[in-house]
Amino acid sequence: MSGPSIEAVNLSKRYGSFLALSNLSLKIEGSKCVGFLGPNGAGKTTTLKIFTDMIRASEGKALINGIDVHLNKKKALSSVGSLIESPEIYPSLTPREALSMVSEIRGLPRAEKRKKIEEVVSEVKMEEWLDKKVGKFSKGMKQRINIAAALLSDPDVFLLDEPTTGLDPRGMAEVRDIVKSLKTRNRLIFMSSHLLNEVQDICDEVAMIDHGKLLVYDSLSNVTSRASSDGGNIVEIELLRDIDQRTVNDDIASLANVSSAEKPDPRKLRIHFLGGIQNQEKLLLDLANMKIGMISFHISASALEDTYMKLIKDTL
Amino acid sequence: MSKVSATIPSTTGGRLLPTSVSQVGTITKYELLNYFRSRRFFILLAIGLIISGLLTGLVADYGVSNVAPCQPISCSSPALAFYSFWWGNSITFVIVLSGIFFGGDAISGEFQNKTGYFLVANPLRRSSIYIGKWLGALIASAIVLATYAGITVGNGLYYFGANVPYQFAESLSFSILYLIAVLGFTFFFSSLFKSSSMSILVTAILFLFAFSLIQLIVSGLVQIEPWFIITYGSGIIGNVLMDTYPTTQPIRGAGPGGRAGTTYAATIPEGIAILLVYFFATAILGLILFERKEFT
Repeated sequence: MSGPSIEAVNLSKRYGSFLALSNLSLKIEGSKCVGFLGPNGAGKTTTLKIFTDMIRASEGKALINGIDVHLNKKKALSSVGSLIESPEIYPSLTPREALSMVSEIRGLPRAEKRKKIEEVVSEVKMEEWLDKKVGKFSKGMKQRINIAAALLSDPDVFLLDEPTTGLDPRGMAEVRDIVKSLKTRNRLIFMSSHLLNEVQDICDEVAMIDHGKLLVYDSLSNVTSRASSDGGNIVEIELLRDIDQRTVNDDIASLANVSSAEKPDPRKLRIHFLGGIQNQEKLLLDLANMKIGMISFHISASALEDTYMKLIKDTL
Repeated sequence: MSKVSATIPSTTGGRLLPTSVSQVGTITKYELLNYFRSRRFFILLAIGLIISGLLTGLVADYGVSNVAPCQPISCSSPALAFYSFWWGNSITFVIVLSGIFFGGDAISGEFQNKTGYFLVANPLRRSSIYIGKWLGALIASAIVLATYAGITVGNGLYYFGANVPYQFAESLSFSILYLIAVLGFTFFFSSLFKSSSMSILVTAILFLFAFSLIQLIVSGLVQIEPWFIITYGSGIIGNVLMDTYPTTQPIRGAGPGGRAGTTYAATIPEGIAILLVYFFATAILGLILFERKEFT
């Protein structure tokens, strides 16, 4: 096995006659962030709860690093940090105590414990509150401590259920930075979210689910191109300086795989190109070589939204 | 908390996970910390102290021989009569309150307050959480019980010197056994519900009214020995402090046409058996329920 992995094997979950999850099969491997998208009631949280043994699958298996979560929960979850549905912490405990409990459950050496707790609390910017009782905290502050708890044992796999819920804009940005930093540390992040721009910003791949069924699982660019009529993608580019219309029309529009280029304002470009992630890389290189003052390059947020709306609509 | 299992290696950084026994210790430790920080422990302790204070005042005001009379014919030990009056009459109430306070919502609260979401998604067995929380409740209750026993013995020493009857030690042992059974039972009901208030209410109604009422109806009206009721088994706590241990015996009806019947009293082995069966049956059922319950 190349790295951390999670796998759903024909996973189904029934609540009476309601089928919350239907034969979901999904294998995610390696260091990456995968956004898990779908409307309310699609089965996102149900899937994450099965992966943390909070609920049992009616059929199928949930594997983490090849270990069945239900059959060997302790071993399977030893390498998992999770945040499911904004948990509450005993209100009479302080973050230091709550995190000490988690670190003792997870077997952090005593000598390491204090330093590690201070480190993760600092990462979520809650140092000032380390020894105050959790009962007085706002929802966003509790969510930060929950994120700290997930980071505490430095796990391989992160299962995050709408991690920015309850956070203010600054908190949301900080959590996104934390998730981005995890990607650089060879971690696998499987994250459900309703915020498409958030997924677009931090995830490499996307899995979409609706009515308990997996609709698509692929790289972000492949997913967005799949939904467009010509299989193309739109990238948005920000520039350091103004660009003239002639460069856009003659030079950029004629690059390989580019089907159209437009300039919504003097320092922004919107390029429609054909093909998947390889063509996206080539386009990035070509634009960089043109030295047009490119300071950002990303798949259009509206492209993911269009794809989402199309796929979800298709299943109605 | 530093013991580690050699059989369960973690995949993260080669770290070893603690054994399940060690994880039970962690849960117990933080459960106790939670109790000591919350009001309920001190409320229960205060209730124990108020009852002790009232009894102390009663005995001091009316005189020990008046509140706990020892008739020359039927009573061989005034000290035993005192402990029977004090401990025998009140300790089951303190134990039931402990069960309701510490066990009533111990498991259901994890669902209702969503604190379980913080714990359950960690690499530990649910049984470790259940047992750890049960041990925490037992230790917290035992502290209240020990405080109450200390005040009882303190008063006994004041009035009767070091003459503490051996039956008190027996009664204290049965009280601990009853506490264990009550906590097993309350944890079972706590696992049955997802609402804290519902589980607390049901256990309170059962222990404060229903069991006594059923026992009265079954033994008094239907004339069946109520061996299946936990409070019948707990009768050994008070009975052992009586000068003569009561036995099951027929009684004549009072007056013309009065109904004859039988008064029932569990023997010590019967009482111990009832409490043990209640503990094991409810503890196992509660654990199975918690293992199967879903955090939906």
